[in-house]
Amino acid sequence: MSPDAAQNLIHLTYLVAVALFILALKWLSSPATARHGVLGGEIGAALAVVATLAGAEVIEYKWVVAALVAGAVVGVPLGLVPMTAVPQRTALSHAFGALAAALVGSAEYYARLPNVSRFGMAEIALEVIIGSLTLTGSMIAAGKLQEILPQRPITFRGQNLVSLSVLGAAVAIAVALVVHPENTQLFPVMVAVALLFGALLVTPIGGADMPTVISLLNSYAGLSAALLGFVLNSKVLVVAGALDGSSGFILSVIMCRAMNRSFTNVMFGAFGQVEATAAAAEEKRPVRSATPEEAAAILASASKVIIVPGYGMAVAQAQHKVRELYDAMTKRGVDVKFGIHPVAGRMPGHMNVLLAEADIPYDKLLDMETVNGEFPETDVALVIGANDVTNPAARLDRSSPIYGMPILDVDKARTAMVIKRSLNPGFAGIDNPLYYLDKTLMLFGDAKAFVAGIVHELGGHGHS
Amino acid sequence: MPADFISNLYVFVLAAFVGFEVIRRVSPLLHTPLMSLTNALDAIVVVAAIIIAGRHETALSTVLGVVAVAASFSNMVGGFLITDRMLRMFKLSKTKKP
Repeated sequence: MSPDAAQNLIHLTYLVAVALFILALKWLSSPATARHGVLGGEIGAALAVVATLAGAEVIEYKWVVAALVAGAVVGVPLGLVPMTAVPQRTALSHAFGALAAALVGSAEYYARLPNVSRFGMAEIALEVIIGSLTLTGSMIAAGKLQEILPQRPITFRGQNLVSLSVLGAAVAIAVALVVHPENTQLFPVMVAVALLFGALLVTPIGGADMPTVISLLNSYAGLSAALLGFVLNSKVLVVAGALDGSSGFILSVIMCRAMNRSFTNVMFGAFGQVEATAAAAEEKRPVRSATPEEAAAILASASKVIIVPGYGMAVAQAQHKVRELYDAMTKRGVDVKFGIHPVAGRMPGHMNVLLAEADIPYDKLLDMETVNGEFPETDVALVIGANDVTNPAARLDRSSPIYGMPILDVDKARTAMVIKRSLNPGFAGIDNPLYYLDKTLMLFGDAKAFVAGIVHELGGHGHS
Repeated sequence: MPADFISNLYVFVLAAFVGFEVIRRVSPLLHTPLMSLTNALDAIVVVAAIIIAGRHETALSTVLGVVAVAASFSNMVGGFLITDRMLRMFKLSKTKKP
């Protein structure tokens, strides 16, 4: 085969890979076909890698093979983490993706010297800046999710000004490089400043905002890969980066809406500040509480129950006990469903994965819009480890910091039951009027132990 | 402005539109697997890294390329693996046997 024909064959293979990538995402539209999507993606990726390795540009295989082996050695354990650790794994993979894009862009800069065109320099600089800030930003996010770093927002006076100045400095150095691309000593400085900016961007953001941050970093990681495609004139990178970038962008928008934040607010990294408000000066108001026995009796006589799980349920590792509760109630003929808020978890869709892992069928997992229509006909709404996403103040109280946030209308069910350790306000430090309603029963205790207590009661009476 | 840039821009804009339309239809149930799958697809950066590492120019470019290959290939392997693990867990409720 002539070199030209071989090159064309490689490009055609890339085209097939790209088509398979798009099909892979299309198949993800339903859980029934989703696994075909993974297979399609795998075949596409494998074809592209093999074609590249077979291409004429690769001369020295020793290091490439060693690097592939190293990548597999790191990648396999990262693919086997427990489901509760998926958010930090995802943040780390954004970091790896951004690192790879930034390194390839940097290598391309040094390879082109001393003949770097101004346009080429502008592309490389933009690509390397976005890759670098995504790298450190994602590492900080992963550290917060893994709880190596404090989850509280870390803020100081004039933070936004400092961050924007650092970003400005990175852009100024990039412009200087575009004017004089041969100024090689400026390049590492630009990278260092961009790395610093990424860290400054994510450090002030609190744990509760991680679903938005992780989606936004996803979008940046995709954008850096697409820009690398521009630098290298590689259509396969442009397409894969555009797909990844638009996915991250869509998820960011969904997360913003679910938390009632504007997109601009997020883009400028000013989020997390809402949390500084109102450390709830609460007066003592009466609440009704119940024991596991009483709760079990009410659940057993219900015909329709909706369970609203929050991250507190996952922290208490209660999802398997919740499955036992689901089984016990279903056996008694109770219609049990789950209402999932988009931000119930540490990343988009996380709660669904945790419940699916506990063997709860996915046709019982309803999203917010669907489930909100069902609360008025529901006998019992059982809230486990969720707080702000059930707070009716978001709907009713204009002065509330979370006013306007879409919530699960638990208060519209005939009875609401809330499993909670105490009346302490949650993440956002906002008191929840739900707890003081006449129809609400507070079930004080550890989520796992309390659910186990209810299951015991239900099982004790119902071994028929 | 180079001609390549314009043709890449066309591809980028079209791919972004396709991405929006396809991803908009992904069930919210599967948003976590969506993110891990797009992450694995994005790891196709590995093909560019392989060329940098394998074309054997300077020690610097080989080192940068080798690290980039390892980082992106770990995303590819780990991303597909975890996506499949997650998707395997999603099951419909069993229809009751009489």
